[in-house]
Amino acid sequence: MIRVSSVSLNINGITVRADEGATILTAAQDAGIYIPTLCYCPDVSSIGVCRLCLVRIKGQRRLEPACRTPVEEGIVVVTDDPEIERLRRVILELILSDHDFNCLLCPKSGQCRLQELVNRIGLNEHRFNRLEHVAKDLPIDTSNPFFDFNPNKCVQCTICVRTCHEIVGNDAIDMAYRSYDLRVSTFANKLLKDSACVSCGECMERCPVGALVPKKTEYPTREVKTTCSYCGVGCGLYLGVRGNTIVKARGDDESPVNKGNLCVRGRFGYNFVNSPDRLSLPLMRAYDEYAQPSSVVKVTEEGRPVTLPLVKREGKFVEINWDQAIKYVASSLAHYKGDEIAAISSARCTNEENYLFQKFTRAVLKTNNIDHCARL
Amino acid sequence: MDKSISIQSTEDYGINSAESLRLLRESLIAGEQTTGKVVSVCCGSGCMSSGSEHVRAAFVRGIKDQELEDEITVKKTGCHGFCERGPIVIVGPEKIFYQHVTKEDVPEIISETLIENRVVERLLYEDPVTGQKCFHENDIPFYQKQRRIVLKNCGIIDPTSIEDYIKVDGFQALAKILSQMTPEGVIEEIKLSGLRGRGGAGFPAGIKWETARNAPGEEKYIICNGDEGDPGAFMDRSVMEGDPYSVMEGMMIAGYAVGASQGIIYVRAEYPLAVHHLSTAIAQATDLGLLGHDIMGSGFNFEIKIVKGAGAFVCGEETALIASIEGRSGRPKPKPPFPAIQGLWGKPTVINNVETLANVSRIALNGGKWYSEIGTPTDKGTKIFSLVGKVQNVGLVEVEMGTTLREIIFDIGGGIPGGKRFKAVQTGGPSGGCIPEELLDLPVGYESLAKAGSIIGSGGMLVMDEDTCIVNIARYFLDFAQNESCGQCTPCRLGTKQMFKILRDITRGDGKPGDIEILLELSDAVKQASICGLGMTVPNPVISTIRYFRKEYEEHILERRCRALVCRSLIFYRIKPYRCKACMKCLEACPVGAIIGAKWQVHEIDQSKCIKCGTCMKVCPKRFNAVECVTGRIEGLGDKSE
Ligand SMILES: Cc1cc2nc3c(=O)[nH]c(=O)nc-3n(C[C@H](O)[C@H](O)[C@H](O)COP(=O)(O)O)c2cc1C
Ligand code: SF4
Ligand code: SF4
Ligand code: SF4
Ligand code: SF4
Ligand code: SF4
Ligand code: FES
Ligand code: FES
Repeated sequence: MIRVSSVSLNINGITVRADEGATILTAAQDAGIYIPTLCYCPDVSSIGVCRLCLVRIKGQRRLEPACRTPVEEGIVVVTDDPEIERLRRVILELILSDHDFNCLLCPKSGQCRLQELVNRIGLNEHRFNRLEHVAKDLPIDTSNPFFDFNPNKCVQCTICVRTCHEIVGNDAIDMAYRSYDLRVSTFANKLLKDSACVSCGECMERCPVGALVPKKTEYPTREVKTTCSYCGVGCGLYLGVRGNTIVKARGDDESPVNKGNLCVRGRFGYNFVNSPDRLSLPLMRAYDEYAQPSSVVKVTEEGRPVTLPLVKREGKFVEINWDQAIKYVASSLAHYKGDEIAAISSARCTNEENYLFQKFTRAVLKTNNIDHCARL
Repeated sequence: MDKSISIQSTEDYGINSAESLRLLRESLIAGEQTTGKVVSVCCGSGCMSSGSEHVRAAFVRGIKDQELEDEITVKKTGCHGFCERGPIVIVGPEKIFYQHVTKEDVPEIISETLIENRVVERLLYEDPVTGQKCFHENDIPFYQKQRRIVLKNCGIIDPTSIEDYIKVDGFQALAKILSQMTPEGVIEEIKLSGLRGRGGAGFPAGIKWETARNAPGEEKYIICNGDEGDPGAFMDRSVMEGDPYSVMEGMMIAGYAVGASQGIIYVRAEYPLAVHHLSTAIAQATDLGLLGHDIMGSGFNFEIKIVKGAGAFVCGEETALIASIEGRSGRPKPKPPFPAIQGLWGKPTVINNVETLANVSRIALNGGKWYSEIGTPTDKGTKIFSLVGKVQNVGLVEVEMGTTLREIIFDIGGGIPGGKRFKAVQTGGPSGGCIPEELLDLPVGYESLAKAGSIIGSGGMLVMDEDTCIVNIARYFLDFAQNESCGQCTPCRLGTKQMFKILRDITRGDGKPGDIEILLELSDAVKQASICGLGMTVPNPVISTIRYFRKEYEEHILERRCRALVCRSLIFYRIKPYRCKACMKCLEACPVGAIIGAKWQVHEIDQSKCIKCGTCMKVCPKRFNAVECVTGRIEGLGDKSE
């Protein structure tokens, strides 16, 4: 194990120990001292652009952003004094003067960092009212099937850009233009759907305000920890459930596999679970001699169909049960030997299932013709 | 240094040692025309735009027609700083200074001055105060108080001829340091000279070089900052156009001192002539073996590339400039790390301004002590200012540090034209402050101007007279700032925007009590909380004008009065009924038909139609003088805020 040496510093009169390489912000947070932040996101590098976390370091000419200033042995830091407070207020008023705030109708309300900052820092109303409300009236990009981008609520914190660059490695978005027109943009200002965006939603997940929001917001009443069923990577996730319906998915930060990140399927692809189109029984084609319509039993459990196989009879599928289905498959397979047959398995199966399938193919079917759809 | 390792570039002309440079120089001087009849036509951007290229062509043609090519040389030079009087032609051997020369004047100059040795009086500069005609540059008051160190070759040498540069004293400094000094010794000289950066921040050049020298790393870079984004500034352009070799030599000396073998000149693309002259200079120096491998047999290698910038103001900021060279968007990065430690491609990089670098060869040649004796005990050397605005002599002036503003504006600049009164001078471009009349005797220097709430900056100097509205000036600069902010940090992006809006309101008569305080609070936040030098300084015009001209702000806000009669929403034109002779002149001239009247009927202005163009006042005959322009709350005249 690498031992990180620690340093001792003074924050607001309190002596605090922090790991070397830590920032003043994390040192303060660990010591329970609040420093307001907007453009800080622990998952990505800090660039210090919102300037809300400015703190005073004794002996330094200028205020420094806590989120990107490393701790040093013996430094004396003040996170809050009347002057810093005044600056923060001015900065916050400026952000709001450029913000389309409409909290009651905003999906982010209640979890919005900007709201939190206003509560924590407060405003000078006289000054704020004198500022011109210059909120932009830019078109909202609703082209992505899963989330919307409302540039009028964007606070230019660049967390989304850093996320797409550093975490996703996709670089679908960047900051474009300059001065007051600075904004998040795809390459050549295309709609998200026509851009390099892969809809992973990582940016949306980190946007501190209501600028990048899911199309559908329903709040779960409980969360279930599980593993994503889409592919063999096996990302850990929490499914947010409301009643008996999945309404949200989020990555499990603790999972060593995905460390909280998800792709488009894991994050947005849970609709199939509750889909009415979902197959609930095995299906079988009607012309098949093995079909035994007479033996089909419809089993229900508390009014729900228990998963049963189906057969298709005269152009229709008919339900059959699992025993029948397996028997049918087994007898069909018995017609072939060795390399006459090939097997393809699915990326949606777990590693264990895929293992079993290849074992079955090799040991029982006696062929090495086994492949996997993810190779295509 | 191993002199035995010889180099390839020893063609008939190549320079492979200090000695061969000396020999070349001697042979060039010996080969000069003995008649001394040289016509130097200024071909700087200023004079070019007033047609100097045609003048030069006319000289060449005229001299050819008279078959005098063997006796008279025509050469083009860089800027003399007095572009307003261009095209400027200096005729040797007496070096007579002709201004406003057109191609029609050329035959006369050839026959009179060049052949007959007579002066063409009408083309001479006339001192507006004494009425005296000036024969030489040095007789002109504009030049008398100047001290030209950086600009010493500008207007003298042909900026596309390396031979010309070598003939003055080109590359002597380089030869000296390569053969006699260690890199540390060079840095000591620069430190001793007290040279500070001329690009705005005024950081001591020697210390910057030393930091980069001591920074770990094999590869290091020298960048010359030729972005020059301040509106109205053209000192760096003139140096790059008029004496590109000095910039190059400065970079090479810096490279030797720092241990860098690569130099990059970042020039804005709007300076095509500078790019052309610099690339010519680089190609010539490379051909001569003055750039490249093992320069003058010293083992020192150096090459220079040019990068053209797209010309955003903020790209002049050093970290943004580096980002721009690396192909990223030009946004500043927080410091530390400083470029001297982690600059271009993460390597130690010295970024110096054009003017800073042009000083270097002078210091290397004459010694740090010599330079440190120029200027004042605290501010060494000279500074070039671009003197513009309401001043008689608009142009580039190079003065010793410590020269007073009064000397620059009145002695060199010739004072305010039209008998108007001086009001303020804005120094340092959009990041500078306005300095009022009371402080005219302030000597220019880094600290003295800072104390007065301004900066030297890159050397902009905008003179304002009583007809300038100070609030409007602040609005103008904030408009610039809000457009040029890169936008990444909140206070600068949004603060400058709001400050601009409040200032605009004030100039439109929509100011509110308390606005001055809010402006100061916003200024303070932008200054204190911004990332880069742009945000840290652009509130200066507002802060300084409030500091010295608060009364004028109050007049605008509380009394709806613009004493300079500039802010259109606050002024009114009206006709004094007792003076109006119903001549109908104004009625006919008014572009919008706002004047009501007829023959024998006293005229009156319909304020609802008037667009405040001032035409009526201009056309009203002097002897009637019936139209007046008034400001303030005046009964009967539109007051929006009622
Ligand atoms: C907004 C901004 C614009 C700047 N523009 C220029 C410029 O056009 N030219 C320049 O030489 N320095 C400019 N600077 C200063 C540079 O950042 C840097 O300090 C300078 O090039 C260093 O050279 P010096 O030490 O020789 O002055 C600018 C700084 C800021 C903050
Ligand atoms: S983003 Fe936040 S502050 Fe803005 S409207 Fe939504 S909830 Fe309100
Ligand atoms: S959804 Fe993913 S790929 Fe698309 S912009 Fe956001 S982070 Fe980048
Ligand atoms: S969209 Fe959200 S995360 Fe991206 S810059 Fe705007 S506010 Fe920040
Ligand atoms: S101060 Fe202005 S120009 Fe500088 S980094 Fe911030 S926003 Fe950009
Ligand atoms: S100021 Fe112009 S518009 Fe107004 S009355 Fe005079 S001429 Fe007409
Ligand atoms: S949180 Fe540190 S500058 Fe934004
Ligand atoms: S360009 Fe000719 S004097 Fe400036």
